[in-house]
Amino acid sequence: MGLENVIAEALPEVLTTRLDSLINWARKSSLWPATFGLACCAIEMMNATTSRNDLARFGAEVFRASPRQADVMIVSGRVSRKMAPVLRRIYDQMPEPKWVISMGACATSGGVFDNYAIVQGVDKIVPVDVYIPGCPPRPEMLIHAVMMLQDKVMKESVRDRRDVPEEEAREAVVPGTLPVTDGSTARQNTLPESRPYTIASRHERRRSS
Amino acid sequence: MPEQSSSSETTPSPLVTALQREHPEWISEVVYAFGETTIIVPREHLIAVCSFLKTWPEGQFNFLADVCGADRGVEEEPRFEVNYHLFSTTKYHRIRLKVVLNEEDTHVPSVTGVWRTANWHERETFDLFGVIFDGHPDLRRILLPDDWQGYALRKDFPLRGYEPYSLK
Repeated sequence: MGLENVIAEALPEVLTTRLDSLINWARKSSLWPATFGLACCAIEMMNATTSRNDLARFGAEVFRASPRQADVMIVSGRVSRKMAPVLRRIYDQMPEPKWVISMGACATSGGVFDNYAIVQGVDKIVPVDVYIPGCPPRPEMLIHAVMMLQDKVMKESVRDRRDVPEEEAREAVVPGTLPVTDGSTARQNTLPESRPYTIASRHERRRSS
Repeated sequence: MPEQSSSSETTPSPLVTALQREHPEWISEVVYAFGETTIIVPREHLIAVCSFLKTWPEGQFNFLADVCGADRGVEEEPRFEVNYHLFSTTKYHRIRLKVVLNEEDTHVPSVTGVWRTANWHERETFDLFGVIFDGHPDLRRILLPDDWQGYALRKDFPLRGYEPYSLK
């Protein structure tokens, strides 16, 4: 009954499925987060991988020190205005497909730090897939967020994301890299032009178009 | 005799009396409070006082523990002050030097030539209060981003900053 049953009878070694299902299943089964701790939430993030909580049960315990090898960026903590371009650069360095988890009240909305130094929500810099409330969230909440992200991955299609290198990563100029001067910087009014964290990612561009 | 801010703490530091005897022009005011000694120094004598205190056998203030700025308020005159917290690792005593500044002229000579650790402390004070340290080898922002506008710890700086943070 149906084409699948005919194939299963004629070719017992062949498994038929949708390509999206297969690829998404492979992607969600081994999400590799980037090692990226910003504040106290990072302690809970580390705790999520320990023997007590064991994030490895869901295939997301391999924290990679290089963003080139990571799939998920867990923004664990408050993002300062000076850190924002750095965070954006790390996001740009991650290969597609990539996802972002905003962990805790500070990363999500600025939290109690409603001041000039803290970005009021990391979604102003990178597109966020899952938000976690809490200050800090318990490891169970992070694990739940990973599972929610896995559900989200399963609903995606390979047609939605293209692995095309773009120019945005190369334009990034990280602050704090002004050359050492003879003291003349204080008298100069020249400011760095490039503000890489204000460049919309291609996901955001696609959503707006 | 030095001025005393509190009648209960009237013990003048022997250091200060000796310093006042030798160089009275260096000291414009002395404050004793909470068991601490503060000398308010005229700006033009700051380098001389610091060099002297570092090498003075009775002082031996070989450690600059901290440099910090303070904003007394927009309407205050003088508005800004720069504090130098000195410590002697051999004599084990402390003293605080203070320079007061008007809002129009926030220039102070840099003491990086006396204590090299003043470099980053002065950069931080410049970053947050806009105090210009003349003669500093590398006076640029240290905590806030390079493209920051304004001085964040001044009393008239809004808590949320001037520029709304938005993704254009």
